[in-house]
Amino acid sequence: MSGAGDREAVFPTRQSLGLMKSKLKGAETGHSLLKRKSEALTKRFREITRRIDEAKRKMGRVMQVAAFSLAEVSYAVGGDIGYQIQESARQARFRLRTKQENVSGVLLPAFESYQTEGNNDFGLTGLGKGGQQVQRCRETYARAVETLVELASLQTAFVILDEVIKVVNRRVNAIEHVIIPRTENTIKYINSELDELDREEFYRLKKVANKKQRDTAAADAELKKKMEAEDKENAGSGGGQAADILAENEDDDVIF
Amino acid sequence: MASTADYKDRQFLAVIGDEDSVTGLLLAGIGHVTDPPDSQKNFLVVDNKTETSAIEAAFESFTEQRKDIGIVLINQHIADKIRHRIDTYTAAFPTVLEIPSKEHPYDPEKDSVLRRVRRLFGE
Repeated sequence: MSGAGDREAVFPTRQSLGLMKSKLKGAETGHSLLKRKSEALTKRFREITRRIDEAKRKMGRVMQVAAFSLAEVSYAVGGDIGYQIQESARQARFRLRTKQENVSGVLLPAFESYQTEGNNDFGLTGLGKGGQQVQRCRETYARAVETLVELASLQTAFVILDEVIKVVNRRVNAIEHVIIPRTENTIKYINSELDELDREEFYRLKKVANKKQRDTAAADAELKKKMEAEDKENAGSGGGQAADILAENEDDDVIF
Repeated sequence: MASTADYKDRQFLAVIGDEDSVTGLLLAGIGHVTDPPDSQKNFLVVDNKTETSAIEAAFESFTEQRKDIGIVLINQHIADKIRHRIDTYTAAFPTVLEIPSKEHPYDPEKDSVLRRVRRLFGE
């Protein structure tokens, strides 16, 4: 008997055997599906990590170029424009839009940058001198920010995928190492219990049959003996029997 | 996991950085000041005199309180000052991105995400 091992608390009946069998089948299907999902996600994840690595390096270069163009601006304008720019910032021209991408049922958001038209907070910056440099610097920085946005969406996808992959793998492992063995154990247990019952039933039937046979044999023998004895008596003394009856027991007196 | 409603209206970037980085990014047009009365800026200029607590407060406000920010850019040398906050920050939105600054070249070893990348691939 499979008393050892983890199993579910069920009564060993044919019905629960059927239930367990369908459960095992379901668990196996689910396991293979989840496994495939996890593989697809991991593939995507690896691709994203590689791209993050590249993008981070690219960001280093782009930001260097941008910082250099800013240095050019402060040289051309001939003073610090930081304060002026910080004070004149009002409405964001550079904004984000989020869209979704579906990777095997996981929604990965991706940022997309766009520039709103028509508002310019820094129209007067560099009006006196260095306007061209300011313009160039703005373009450089806009490109840099686009790179940053791209990197940010990769990073978001990375964080989300990381989490989802962990969850999926946990499920795959749970099904593989807990649910399937447990269901198999339960099926084994139910089978062995049912076999046991079968054997008991068979043994009982055999016992009953044996006993019946013995009883019939004994009855047969007795009947035979009786018949033989009767035959012998009939053959030996024919008239003596009637005399015997009269002699044996006198009738009681009948009193009215 | 991030729910759908979580990132629909996140359309701004935020910056915590030194003066040059902030100036450059503002020139690109990411600066935004919300409408009065509570005009909140989406950028913070950090210099030598800025207290770490102020940086932390700004980081917290950008990442937790404001719901309209999708990406937080932070200079790496400033991120180092509040490294424990950055490393424990795991939410998907807003994304925290460490950027290099003019005086401090970019060091991939310090980046919290890149470190996770490296750890995952056992390098």
